[in-house]
Amino acid sequence: MGQTFSEKILSQKAGREVRAGDVVTISPDYVLTHDNSAAIIKEFQKLGIQKVRCPQKIVIVLDHVVPASTEKYAQNHKSIREFVSAQGISHFYDVHNGICHQVFSEEGFAMPGTLVLGADSHTTSYGAFGVFSAGIGRSEAASVWATEKIWLRVPETLKIVLDGQLPKDVYAKDIILKIIGDEGADRANYRAVEFSGDGAEGMSLASRLVLANMAAEMGAKNGYFPPDEKTFDFLKDRAKGIYQPVYSDPDADYEDILEYDLSTIEPQVACPHTVDNVKPVTAVAGTAFHQAVIGTCTNGRFEDLKVTADILRGKTVASSVRVLVIPASRTEYLKALHAGFLEDLVRSGCIILNPGCGPCLGAHQGVLAPGEVALSTANRNFRGRMGSRDSEIYLASPATVAASVIQGKITDPRGSQ
Amino acid sequence: MKKGRAWKYGNDVNTDVIFPGKYTYAVMEPEEMVRHALEDLDPGFADKVQPGDVIVAGKNFGCGSSREQAATCLKCAGVQAVIAKSFARIFYRNAINQGLPVIQSVEAAEAIQQGEEVAIDFQKGEIIAEDKKVFSFPSFPDFVLGILEAGGLIPYTKKKLSKKRSF
Repeated sequence: MGQTFSEKILSQKAGREVRAGDVVTISPDYVLTHDNSAAIIKEFQKLGIQKVRCPQKIVIVLDHVVPASTEKYAQNHKSIREFVSAQGISHFYDVHNGICHQVFSEEGFAMPGTLVLGADSHTTSYGAFGVFSAGIGRSEAASVWATEKIWLRVPETLKIVLDGQLPKDVYAKDIILKIIGDEGADRANYRAVEFSGDGAEGMSLASRLVLANMAAEMGAKNGYFPPDEKTFDFLKDRAKGIYQPVYSDPDADYEDILEYDLSTIEPQVACPHTVDNVKPVTAVAGTAFHQAVIGTCTNGRFEDLKVTADILRGKTVASSVRVLVIPASRTEYLKALHAGFLEDLVRSGCIILNPGCGPCLGAHQGVLAPGEVALSTANRNFRGRMGSRDSEIYLASPATVAASVIQGKITDPRGSQ
Repeated sequence: MKKGRAWKYGNDVNTDVIFPGKYTYAVMEPEEMVRHALEDLDPGFADKVQPGDVIVAGKNFGCGSSREQAATCLKCAGVQAVIAKSFARIFYRNAINQGLPVIQSVEAAEAIQQGEEVAIDFQKGEIIAEDKKVFSFPSFPDFVLGILEAGGLIPYTKKKLSKKRSF
Protein backbone atom coordinates (compact mmCIF):
# COMPACT_ATOMS: atom_id res chain seq x y z
CA MET A 1 0.00 0.00 0.00
CA GLY A 2 1.38 3.39 -1.00
CA GLN A 3 1.48 6.54 1.10
CA THR A 4 -0.41 9.81 0.94
CA PHE A 5 1.47 13.10 0.67
CA SER A 6 1.05 13.68 4.42
CA GLU A 7 2.24 10.18 5.37
CA LYS A 8 5.22 10.54 3.06
CA ILE A 9 6.41 13.94 4.23
CA LEU A 10 5.95 13.06 7.91
CA SER A 11 7.86 9.81 7.30
CA GLN A 12 10.72 11.82 5.80
CA LYS A 13 10.72 14.23 8.72
CA ALA A 14 10.46 11.49 11.35
CA GLY A 15 13.12 9.33 9.73
CA ARG A 16 10.89 6.24 9.71
CA GLU A 17 7.89 5.01 7.76
CA VAL A 18 4.69 6.23 9.37
CA ARG A 19 0.99 5.84 8.62
CA ALA A 20 -2.18 7.76 9.47
CA GLY A 21 -2.78 7.61 13.22
CA ASP A 22 0.90 7.43 14.20
CA VAL A 23 2.34 10.23 16.33
CA VAL A 24 5.67 11.70 15.27
CA THR A 25 8.08 14.22 16.70
CA ILE A 26 9.49 16.38 13.95
CA SER A 27 11.43 19.54 13.25
CA PRO A 28 9.67 22.03 10.94
CA ASP A 29 11.39 23.96 8.14
CA TYR A 30 9.77 27.25 9.18
CA VAL A 31 7.62 28.56 12.03
CA LEU A 32 5.39 31.53 11.25
CA THR A 33 3.94 33.94 13.81
CA HIS A 34 2.39 37.41 13.55
CA ASP A 35 1.18 40.04 16.03
CA ASN A 36 0.69 37.16 18.46
CA SER A 37 4.50 37.00 18.65
CA ALA A 38 4.22 39.46 21.57
CA ALA A 39 2.31 36.85 23.59
CA ILE A 40 4.59 34.06 22.33
CA ILE A 41 7.66 36.01 23.47
CA LYS A 42 6.11 36.16 26.97
CA GLU A 43 5.69 32.38 26.93
CA PHE A 44 9.21 31.89 25.57
CA GLN A 45 10.62 33.99 28.39
CA LYS A 46 9.08 31.62 30.95
CA LEU A 47 11.20 28.75 29.58
CA GLY A 48 14.35 29.93 31.32
CA ILE A 49 16.57 30.14 28.24
CA GLN A 50 17.97 33.24 26.61
CA LYS A 51 18.19 32.44 22.91
CA VAL A 52 15.83 30.86 20.40
CA ARG A 53 17.28 27.65 19.00
CA CYS A 54 16.73 28.32 15.33
CA PRO A 55 16.43 32.05 14.44
CA GLN A 56 16.75 31.26 10.72
CA LYS A 57 13.59 29.13 10.85
CA ILE A 58 11.48 31.84 12.46
CA VAL A 59 9.34 34.05 10.21
CA ILE A 60 7.41 36.95 11.77
CA VAL A 61 4.98 39.14 9.84
CA LEU A 62 3.07 41.96 11.55
CA ASP A 63 -0.36 42.02 9.91
CA HIS A 64 -3.27 41.70 12.33
CA VAL A 65 -3.60 45.24 13.64
CA VAL A 66 -1.37 47.34 11.40
CA PRO A 67 -0.45 50.08 11.86
CA ALA A 68 -1.13 49.84 15.60
CA SER A 69 -4.54 51.26 16.51
CA THR A 70 -3.99 51.59 20.26
CA GLU A 71 -1.10 52.08 22.65
CA LYS A 72 -1.38 48.42 23.69
CA TYR A 73 -0.98 47.17 20.11
CA ALA A 74 1.88 49.63 19.60
CA GLN A 75 3.62 48.22 22.67
CA ASN A 76 3.17 44.68 21.30
CA HIS A 77 4.73 45.63 17.98
CA LYS A 78 7.59 47.37 19.78
CA SER A 79 8.34 44.35 21.95
CA ILE A 80 8.36 42.13 18.85
CA ARG A 81 10.80 44.44 17.03
CA GLU A 82 13.11 44.44 20.06
CA PHE A 83 12.99 40.64 20.33
CA VAL A 84 13.65 40.18 16.60
CA SER A 85 16.69 42.40 16.86
CA ALA A 86 18.04 40.80 20.05
CA GLN A 87 17.58 37.26 18.72
CA GLY A 88 18.99 37.87 15.25
CA ILE A 89 15.75 36.90 13.48
CA SER A 90 16.28 38.03 9.90
CA HIS A 91 12.94 36.93 8.43
CA PHE A 92 10.98 39.79 9.95
CA TYR A 93 8.34 41.71 7.99
CA ASP A 94 7.09 44.88 9.61
CA VAL A 95 3.62 46.48 9.34
CA HIS A 96 3.96 47.70 5.74
CA ASN A 97 4.26 44.30 4.02
CA GLY A 98 0.86 42.67 4.17
CA ILE A 99 -0.93 39.57 5.42
CA CYS A 100 1.39 36.86 6.76
CA HIS A 101 0.14 34.08 4.48
CA GLN A 102 0.52 36.21 1.35
CA VAL A 103 3.93 37.58 2.38
CA PHE A 104 5.20 34.11 3.38
CA SER A 105 4.21 32.82 -0.07
CA GLU A 106 5.58 35.78 -2.04
CA GLU A 107 8.90 35.65 -0.21
CA GLY A 108 9.42 32.05 -1.33
CA PHE A 109 9.20 30.32 2.05
CA ALA A 110 6.32 28.09 0.89
CA MET A 111 8.27 25.45 -1.04
CA PRO A 112 6.90 22.06 -2.15
CA GLY A 113 7.86 19.17 0.10
CA THR A 114 8.62 21.35 3.12
CA LEU A 115 6.91 21.41 6.51
CA VAL A 116 5.64 24.69 7.97
CA LEU A 117 3.92 25.39 11.27
CA GLY A 118 2.18 28.67 12.01
CA ALA A 119 0.50 30.14 15.07
CA ASP A 120 -2.49 30.94 12.89
CA SER A 121 -5.30 28.64 11.86
CA HIS A 122 -5.05 29.62 8.18
CA THR A 123 -1.51 28.28 7.94
CA THR A 124 -3.17 25.55 5.85
CA SER A 125 -2.84 28.02 2.93
CA TYR A 126 0.63 26.82 1.83
CA GLY A 127 -0.85 23.51 0.79
CA ALA A 128 -1.50 25.45 -2.43
CA PHE A 129 2.24 25.06 -3.09
CA GLY A 130 2.51 21.41 -1.99
CA VAL A 131 3.68 22.30 1.53
CA PHE A 132 2.61 20.38 4.63
CA SER A 133 1.47 23.32 6.73
CA ALA A 134 -0.62 23.29 9.88
CA GLY A 135 -1.79 25.72 12.53
CA ILE A 136 -0.54 25.47 16.11
CA GLY A 137 -1.05 27.44 19.32
CA ARG A 138 1.07 30.04 21.07
CA SER A 139 2.64 27.81 23.73
CA GLU A 140 3.62 25.41 20.97
CA ALA A 141 5.17 28.18 18.91
CA ALA A 142 7.23 29.28 21.93
CA SER A 143 8.22 25.68 22.57
CA VAL A 144 9.28 25.19 18.92
CA TRP A 145 11.36 28.39 19.09
CA ALA A 146 13.16 26.86 22.07
CA THR A 147 13.44 23.20 21.06
CA GLU A 148 12.88 23.07 17.28
CA LYS A 149 10.58 20.11 17.95
CA ILE A 150 6.85 19.38 17.99
CA TRP A 151 4.60 16.31 18.07
CA LEU A 152 2.07 15.77 15.31
CA ARG A 153 -0.45 13.05 14.62
CA VAL A 154 -0.17 11.73 11.06
CA PRO A 155 -3.55 12.64 9.53
CA GLU A 156 -5.89 10.52 7.47
CA THR A 157 -6.50 12.11 4.08
CA LEU A 158 -9.76 13.19 2.49
CA LYS A 159 -9.31 13.45 -1.27
CA ILE A 160 -11.44 15.94 -3.17
CA VAL A 161 -11.43 15.49 -6.94
CA LEU A 162 -12.40 18.62 -8.88
CA ASP A 163 -13.42 17.87 -12.46
CA GLY A 164 -14.30 20.18 -15.30
CA GLN A 165 -14.43 23.95 -15.55
CA LEU A 166 -16.28 26.57 -13.57
CA PRO A 167 -19.04 28.49 -15.35
CA LYS A 168 -18.46 32.20 -16.03
CA ASP A 169 -18.65 34.45 -12.94
CA VAL A 170 -18.17 31.47 -10.60
CA TYR A 171 -14.87 31.29 -8.72
CA ALA A 172 -12.64 29.29 -6.38
CA LYS A 173 -14.45 30.76 -3.37
CA ASP A 174 -17.73 29.30 -4.60
CA ILE A 175 -16.14 25.84 -4.87
CA ILE A 176 -14.86 25.80 -1.31
CA LEU A 177 -18.05 27.30 0.13
CA LYS A 178 -20.06 24.65 -1.71
CA ILE A 179 -17.84 21.87 -0.33
CA ILE A 180 -17.98 23.23 3.25
CA GLY A 181 -21.75 23.69 2.99
CA ASP A 182 -22.19 20.11 1.77
CA GLU A 183 -19.74 18.48 4.14
CA GLY A 184 -19.90 20.57 7.33
CA ALA A 185 -17.43 22.52 9.45
CA ASP A 186 -15.90 19.42 11.05
CA ARG A 187 -15.79 17.06 8.06
CA ALA A 188 -12.02 17.23 7.78
CA ASN A 189 -11.21 17.57 11.50
CA TYR A 190 -7.76 16.04 12.23
CA ARG A 191 -7.49 15.20 8.52
CA ALA A 192 -5.50 16.31 5.52
CA VAL A 193 -7.46 17.47 2.47
CA GLU A 194 -5.92 16.74 -0.92
CA PHE A 195 -7.33 18.58 -3.94
CA SER A 196 -6.82 16.93 -7.31
CA GLY A 197 -8.38 16.46 -10.73
CA ASP A 198 -8.23 18.53 -13.89
CA GLY A 199 -10.19 21.31 -12.20
CA ALA A 200 -7.45 21.63 -9.57
CA GLU A 201 -4.73 21.50 -12.23
CA GLY A 202 -6.40 24.27 -14.20
CA MET A 203 -6.57 26.61 -11.23
CA SER A 204 -4.24 29.56 -10.72
CA LEU A 205 -2.05 29.53 -7.60
CA ALA A 206 -4.15 32.38 -6.22
CA SER A 207 -7.28 30.25 -6.57
CA ARG A 208 -5.57 27.21 -5.05
CA LEU A 209 -4.71 29.43 -2.09
CA VAL A 210 -8.43 30.15 -1.57
CA LEU A 211 -9.21 26.43 -1.23
CA ALA A 212 -6.17 25.55 0.89
CA ASN A 213 -6.83 28.57 3.13
CA MET A 214 -10.43 27.58 3.74
CA ALA A 215 -9.63 23.90 4.27
CA ALA A 216 -9.20 25.20 7.84
CA GLU A 217 -12.95 25.90 7.88
CA MET A 218 -13.61 22.18 7.38
CA GLY A 219 -11.36 21.54 10.38
CA ALA A 220 -8.45 20.28 8.26
CA LYS A 221 -4.95 19.98 9.66
CA ASN A 222 -3.51 20.75 6.25
CA GLY A 223 -4.61 21.19 2.64
CA TYR A 224 -2.63 20.03 -0.39
CA PHE A 225 -2.43 20.60 -4.13
CA PRO A 226 0.11 18.54 -6.10
CA PRO A 227 2.78 21.07 -7.14
CA ASP A 228 3.18 21.56 -10.90
CA GLU A 229 4.79 23.87 -13.46
CA LYS A 230 2.77 26.83 -12.17
CA THR A 231 4.20 26.25 -8.71
CA PHE A 232 7.75 25.85 -9.96
CA ASP A 233 7.51 28.94 -12.19
CA PHE A 234 6.24 31.03 -9.30
CA LEU A 235 9.13 29.89 -7.11
CA LYS A 236 11.81 30.22 -9.78
CA ASP A 237 13.30 33.49 -8.58
CA ARG A 238 12.01 33.49 -5.04
CA ALA A 239 12.42 30.04 -3.42
CA LYS A 240 14.36 30.36 -0.18
CA GLY A 241 16.25 27.13 -0.85
CA ILE A 242 16.38 23.90 -2.80
CA TYR A 243 13.21 21.87 -2.52
CA GLN A 244 11.99 18.42 -3.47
CA PRO A 245 8.27 18.10 -4.29
CA VAL A 246 6.37 15.26 -2.59
CA TYR A 247 3.39 13.52 -4.17
CA SER A 248 0.90 10.91 -2.97
CA ASP A 249 1.42 7.41 -4.33
CA PRO A 250 -1.21 6.26 -6.87
CA ASP A 251 -2.21 3.42 -4.49
CA ALA A 252 -2.33 5.58 -1.35
CA ASP A 253 -5.11 4.90 1.15
CA TYR A 254 -7.69 7.69 1.46
CA GLU A 255 -10.25 8.01 4.23
CA ASP A 256 -12.78 9.05 1.59
CA ILE A 257 -12.88 10.48 -1.92
CA LEU A 258 -15.37 13.23 -2.87
CA GLU A 259 -15.97 14.29 -6.45
CA TYR A 260 -17.20 17.66 -7.66
CA ASP A 261 -18.12 18.63 -11.19
CA LEU A 262 -17.12 22.30 -11.31
CA SER A 263 -19.40 23.04 -14.27
CA THR A 264 -22.44 22.56 -12.00
CA ILE A 265 -21.36 24.98 -9.25
CA GLU A 266 -23.27 28.25 -8.74
CA PRO A 267 -22.19 31.33 -6.80
CA GLN A 268 -22.45 30.51 -3.07
CA VAL A 269 -22.96 32.55 0.10
CA ALA A 270 -22.15 31.47 3.68
CA CYS A 271 -24.85 32.90 5.93
CA PRO A 272 -24.64 33.89 9.61
CA HIS A 273 -23.22 32.58 11.93
CA THR A 274 -21.29 29.56 10.66
CA VAL A 275 -19.17 28.98 7.57
CA ASP A 276 -21.08 25.79 6.72
CA ASN A 277 -24.44 27.59 6.60
CA VAL A 278 -24.11 27.89 2.83
CA LYS A 279 -26.81 28.73 0.30
CA PRO A 280 -26.75 29.46 -3.43
CA VAL A 281 -26.67 33.23 -4.01
CA THR A 282 -30.14 33.03 -5.54
CA ALA A 283 -31.56 31.97 -2.15
CA VAL A 284 -30.31 35.08 -0.33
CA ALA A 285 -30.35 37.63 -3.18
CA GLY A 286 -31.95 40.87 -2.03
CA THR A 287 -30.53 40.77 1.52
CA ALA A 288 -29.45 44.32 2.41
CA PHE A 289 -26.10 44.98 4.07
CA HIS A 290 -24.13 47.95 5.38
CA GLN A 291 -20.47 47.12 4.93
CA ALA A 292 -18.57 45.12 2.32
CA VAL A 293 -15.02 43.83 2.68
CA ILE A 294 -12.95 42.72 -0.32
CA GLY A 295 -9.58 41.37 0.77
CA THR A 296 -8.10 39.15 3.55
CA CYS A 297 -5.83 36.12 3.28
CA THR A 298 -8.63 34.36 1.41
CA ASN A 299 -9.44 36.82 -1.39
CA GLY A 300 -7.14 39.87 -1.48
CA ARG A 301 -4.91 39.01 -4.41
CA PHE A 302 -4.51 40.55 -7.86
CA GLU A 303 -7.05 38.23 -9.52
CA ASP A 304 -9.61 39.16 -6.83
CA LEU A 305 -8.97 42.88 -7.23
CA LYS A 306 -9.18 42.48 -11.01
CA VAL A 307 -12.62 40.87 -10.97
CA THR A 308 -13.78 43.51 -8.47
CA ALA A 309 -12.54 46.33 -10.70
CA ASP A 310 -13.97 44.73 -13.84
CA ILE A 311 -17.42 44.68 -12.23
CA LEU A 312 -17.25 48.11 -10.57
CA ARG A 313 -15.53 50.09 -13.35
CA GLY A 314 -17.74 52.99 -14.30
CA LYS A 315 -20.37 52.05 -11.71
CA THR A 316 -21.15 53.57 -8.33
CA VAL A 317 -21.36 51.91 -4.94
CA ALA A 318 -24.87 52.16 -3.44
CA SER A 319 -25.14 55.05 -0.97
CA SER A 320 -26.31 52.69 1.79
CA VAL A 321 -23.07 50.71 1.67
CA ARG A 322 -19.43 51.33 2.64
CA VAL A 323 -16.90 49.20 0.76
CA LEU A 324 -13.48 48.39 2.21
CA VAL A 325 -10.90 47.04 -0.24
CA ILE A 326 -7.72 45.62 1.27
CA PRO A 327 -5.00 44.22 -1.00
CA ALA A 328 -3.40 41.16 0.65
CA SER A 329 0.14 42.51 0.39
CA ARG A 330 2.21 45.45 -0.76
CA THR A 331 3.13 43.45 -3.88
CA GLU A 332 -0.50 42.76 -4.78
CA TYR A 333 -1.33 46.41 -3.99
CA LEU A 334 1.32 47.60 -6.45
CA LYS A 335 0.17 45.23 -9.17
CA ALA A 336 -3.42 46.46 -8.80
CA LEU A 337 -2.21 50.05 -8.69
CA HIS A 338 -0.22 49.70 -11.93
CA ALA A 339 -3.17 48.01 -13.63
CA GLY A 340 -5.37 50.98 -12.73
CA PHE A 341 -7.79 48.88 -10.66
CA LEU A 342 -7.41 50.93 -7.53
CA GLU A 343 -8.32 54.12 -9.39
CA ASP A 344 -11.42 52.39 -10.76
CA LEU A 345 -12.38 51.31 -7.26
CA VAL A 346 -11.81 54.70 -5.66
CA ARG A 347 -13.88 56.34 -8.41
CA SER A 348 -16.68 53.88 -7.68
CA GLY A 349 -16.70 54.90 -4.03
CA CYS A 350 -14.56 52.17 -2.39
CA ILE A 351 -12.18 52.85 0.50
CA ILE A 352 -8.71 51.36 -0.13
CA LEU A 353 -7.04 50.26 3.12
CA ASN A 354 -3.42 49.32 3.68
CA PRO A 355 -2.49 45.63 3.28
CA GLY A 356 -3.26 43.64 6.44
CA CYS A 357 -6.01 41.62 8.09
CA GLY A 358 -8.17 44.74 8.33
CA PRO A 359 -11.58 44.34 9.98
CA CYS A 360 -11.73 40.53 9.50
CA LEU A 361 -11.13 39.92 13.20
CA GLY A 362 -13.05 42.89 14.51
CA ALA A 363 -10.07 44.71 16.00
CA HIS A 364 -9.99 47.88 13.87
CA GLN A 365 -10.64 49.43 10.44
CA GLY A 366 -14.39 48.95 10.07
CA VAL A 367 -15.96 47.37 13.15
CA LEU A 368 -19.69 46.55 12.97
CA ALA A 369 -22.36 48.18 15.17
CA PRO A 370 -25.29 46.22 16.65
CA GLY A 371 -27.80 45.38 13.94
CA GLU A 372 -25.34 45.89 11.08
CA VAL A 373 -24.74 43.36 8.33
CA ALA A 374 -21.49 42.76 6.44
CA LEU A 375 -20.82 40.99 3.15
CA SER A 376 -17.20 39.87 3.04
CA THR A 377 -14.72 37.84 1.02
CA ALA A 378 -13.10 36.63 4.27
CA ASN A 379 -13.16 33.07 5.58
CA ARG A 380 -15.16 33.36 8.82
CA ASN A 381 -18.58 34.67 9.78
CA PHE A 382 -18.79 33.68 13.45
CA ARG A 383 -21.00 35.72 15.73
CA GLY A 384 -19.31 38.91 16.88
CA ARG A 385 -16.20 38.33 14.78
CA MET A 386 -16.25 41.73 13.09
CA GLY A 387 -17.58 43.70 16.06
CA SER A 388 -20.92 43.61 17.84
CA ARG A 389 -22.33 40.20 18.78
CA ASP A 390 -25.58 41.51 17.33
CA SER A 391 -24.13 42.00 13.86
CA GLU A 392 -24.17 39.52 10.98
CA ILE A 393 -21.61 38.43 8.39
CA TYR A 394 -22.22 36.85 4.97
CA LEU A 395 -19.27 35.39 3.03
CA ALA A 396 -18.96 35.26 -0.76
CA SER A 397 -16.59 35.57 -3.71
CA PRO A 398 -15.15 38.95 -4.75
CA ALA A 399 -17.43 38.84 -7.83
CA THR A 400 -20.55 38.37 -5.71
CA VAL A 401 -19.48 41.11 -3.28
CA ALA A 402 -18.64 43.51 -6.14
CA ALA A 403 -21.94 42.90 -7.93
CA SER A 404 -23.77 43.33 -4.62
CA VAL A 405 -22.27 46.66 -3.57
CA ILE A 406 -23.73 48.36 -6.65
CA GLN A 407 -27.24 47.33 -5.54
CA GLY A 408 -26.63 47.53 -1.77
CA LYS A 409 -28.17 44.07 -1.61
CA ILE A 410 -26.76 40.58 -2.11
CA THR A 411 -26.81 40.09 -5.88
CA ASP A 412 -26.12 37.19 -8.24
CA PRO A 413 -22.89 38.15 -10.06
CA ARG A 414 -23.69 36.16 -13.17
CA GLY A 415 -23.94 38.48 -16.14
CA SER A 416 -22.43 41.44 -14.29
CA GLN A 417 -19.31 41.59 -16.48
CA MET B 1 -12.06 14.64 43.04
CA LYS B 2 -13.39 18.12 42.30
CA LYS B 3 -17.09 18.62 41.76
CA GLY B 4 -18.70 21.30 39.70
CA ARG B 5 -21.72 22.27 37.69
CA ALA B 6 -22.16 21.62 33.97
CA TRP B 7 -22.45 24.48 31.49
CA LYS B 8 -24.06 22.95 28.43
CA TYR B 9 -23.68 24.24 24.87
CA GLY B 10 -24.32 22.98 21.34
CA ASN B 11 -22.29 22.01 18.29
CA ASP B 12 -19.49 23.99 16.60
CA VAL B 13 -18.78 26.39 19.48
CA ASN B 14 -16.05 28.46 17.84
CA THR B 15 -13.10 30.26 19.40
CA ASP B 16 -14.49 33.67 18.39
CA VAL B 17 -17.45 33.23 20.73
CA ILE B 18 -15.24 31.66 23.43
CA PHE B 19 -12.78 34.54 23.35
CA PRO B 20 -13.50 37.40 20.90
CA GLY B 21 -10.87 38.27 18.31
CA LYS B 22 -10.92 41.94 19.22
CA TYR B 23 -9.10 41.08 22.46
CA THR B 24 -6.68 38.48 21.18
CA TYR B 25 -3.77 40.63 20.12
CA ALA B 26 -3.74 42.71 23.27
CA VAL B 27 -1.65 40.81 25.79
CA MET B 28 -3.84 40.30 28.84
CA GLU B 29 -3.49 39.07 32.38
CA PRO B 30 -5.44 35.87 33.18
CA GLU B 31 -8.00 37.67 35.38
CA GLU B 32 -8.81 40.01 32.51
CA MET B 33 -9.16 37.08 30.09
CA VAL B 34 -11.67 35.40 32.42
CA ARG B 35 -13.95 38.43 32.23
CA HIS B 36 -14.35 37.87 28.47
CA ALA B 37 -14.75 34.06 28.58
CA LEU B 38 -17.65 32.92 26.37
CA GLU B 39 -18.63 36.58 25.99
CA ASP B 40 -20.38 36.18 22.62
CA LEU B 41 -21.92 32.78 23.41
CA ASP B 42 -23.18 33.15 26.97
CA PRO B 43 -22.67 36.66 28.38
CA GLY B 44 -23.67 35.45 31.89
CA PHE B 45 -20.95 32.77 32.08
CA ALA B 46 -17.97 34.85 33.23
CA ASP B 47 -19.81 36.21 36.28
CA LYS B 48 -21.31 32.92 37.41
CA VAL B 49 -18.68 30.26 36.65
CA GLN B 50 -17.23 28.55 39.75
CA PRO B 51 -13.95 26.66 40.14
CA GLY B 52 -14.50 23.01 39.29
CA ASP B 53 -17.27 23.66 36.80
CA VAL B 54 -17.32 21.67 33.57
CA ILE B 55 -18.17 22.72 30.01
CA VAL B 56 -20.27 20.13 28.16
CA ALA B 57 -20.72 20.60 24.43
CA GLY B 58 -21.57 18.95 21.13
CA LYS B 59 -19.29 18.26 18.21
CA ASN B 60 -16.35 20.31 16.93
CA PHE B 61 -15.86 22.36 20.11
CA GLY B 62 -13.27 25.11 19.63
CA CYS B 63 -13.37 25.35 15.84
CA GLY B 64 -12.00 28.43 14.09
CA SER B 65 -9.06 30.56 15.09
CA SER B 66 -5.93 29.07 16.68
CA ARG B 67 -6.10 31.56 19.55
CA GLU B 68 -4.88 29.85 22.68
CA GLN B 69 -6.79 32.22 24.98
CA ALA B 70 -9.92 30.22 24.12
CA ALA B 71 -8.40 27.49 26.31
CA THR B 72 -6.58 29.85 28.68
CA CYS B 73 -9.68 31.85 29.62
CA LEU B 74 -11.58 28.67 30.53
CA LYS B 75 -8.64 27.27 32.49
CA CYS B 76 -8.21 30.55 34.39
CA ALA B 77 -11.96 30.64 35.10
CA GLY B 78 -11.45 27.41 37.04
CA VAL B 79 -13.12 25.10 34.52
CA GLN B 80 -11.76 21.65 35.40
CA ALA B 81 -12.43 20.04 32.02
CA VAL B 82 -14.29 20.35 28.74
CA ILE B 83 -16.39 17.35 27.76
CA ALA B 84 -17.54 17.29 24.13
CA LYS B 85 -18.66 14.94 21.38
CA SER B 86 -15.56 16.05 19.46
CA PHE B 87 -12.97 18.83 19.45
CA ALA B 88 -11.43 20.92 16.70
CA ARG B 89 -7.78 19.92 16.46
CA ILE B 90 -6.03 23.17 17.32
CA PHE B 91 -8.27 23.76 20.35
CA TYR B 92 -7.59 20.19 21.50
CA ARG B 93 -3.84 20.84 21.40
CA ASN B 94 -4.16 24.28 22.98
CA ALA B 95 -6.27 22.97 25.86
CA ILE B 96 -3.74 20.27 26.73
CA ASN B 97 -0.95 22.79 26.32
CA GLN B 98 -2.71 25.03 28.84
CA GLY B 99 -3.22 22.14 31.26
CA LEU B 100 -6.97 22.02 30.61
CA PRO B 101 -8.20 18.41 30.22
CA VAL B 102 -10.37 17.75 27.18
CA ILE B 103 -12.53 14.65 27.25
CA GLN B 104 -14.22 13.25 24.16
CA SER B 105 -17.39 11.39 25.14
CA VAL B 106 -20.51 11.36 22.99
CA GLU B 107 -22.52 9.61 25.73
CA ALA B 108 -21.57 12.06 28.49
CA ALA B 109 -22.04 15.06 26.20
CA GLU B 110 -25.55 13.88 25.39
CA ALA B 111 -26.63 12.81 28.87
CA ILE B 112 -25.33 15.58 31.10
CA GLN B 113 -27.74 18.50 31.44
CA GLN B 114 -27.22 22.19 32.15
CA GLY B 115 -26.49 22.79 35.83
CA GLU B 116 -26.01 19.10 36.63
CA GLU B 117 -23.36 18.26 39.22
CA VAL B 118 -20.36 16.52 37.68
CA ALA B 119 -17.17 15.04 39.12
CA ILE B 120 -14.24 13.66 37.14
CA ASP B 121 -11.87 10.92 38.25
CA PHE B 122 -8.84 11.32 36.00
CA GLN B 123 -7.05 8.31 37.53
CA LYS B 124 -9.89 5.93 36.73
CA GLY B 125 -10.95 7.76 33.58
CA GLU B 126 -14.51 8.32 34.77
CA ILE B 127 -17.06 11.11 34.62
CA ILE B 128 -19.58 10.85 37.45
CA ALA B 129 -22.82 12.76 36.93
CA GLU B 130 -26.06 12.98 38.91
CA ASP B 131 -28.21 9.86 39.50
CA LYS B 132 -24.94 7.84 39.68
CA LYS B 133 -24.45 8.07 35.92
CA VAL B 134 -20.87 7.05 35.12
CA PHE B 135 -19.15 7.55 31.77
CA SER B 136 -15.70 6.14 31.22
CA PHE B 137 -13.10 7.69 28.93
CA PRO B 138 -9.73 6.32 27.76
CA SER B 139 -6.70 7.57 29.68
CA PHE B 140 -4.41 10.12 28.01
CA PRO B 141 -1.11 9.00 26.42
CA ASP B 142 1.90 9.42 28.75
CA PHE B 143 3.30 12.56 27.15
CA VAL B 144 -0.12 14.23 27.27
CA LEU B 145 -0.46 13.27 30.95
CA GLY B 146 3.01 14.71 31.48
CA ILE B 147 1.96 18.03 29.97
CA LEU B 148 -1.30 18.12 31.97
CA GLU B 149 0.49 17.23 35.20
CA ALA B 150 3.15 19.89 34.64
CA GLY B 151 0.34 22.46 34.25
CA GLY B 152 0.84 22.95 30.52
CA LEU B 153 3.40 22.79 27.72
CA ILE B 154 5.49 25.75 28.86
CA PRO B 155 6.25 24.40 32.37
CA TYR B 156 6.67 20.94 30.80
CA THR B 157 9.18 22.20 28.23
CA LYS B 158 10.95 24.26 30.89
CA LYS B 159 11.44 21.15 32.98
CA LYS B 160 12.74 19.23 29.97
CA LEU B 161 15.10 22.02 28.97
CA SER B 162 16.47 22.32 32.49
CA LYS B 163 17.30 18.61 32.40
CA LYS B 164 19.09 19.33 29.09
CA ARG B 165 17.54 16.28 27.49
CA SER B 166 16.70 16.30 23.87
CA PHE B 167 13.14 15.29 23.08
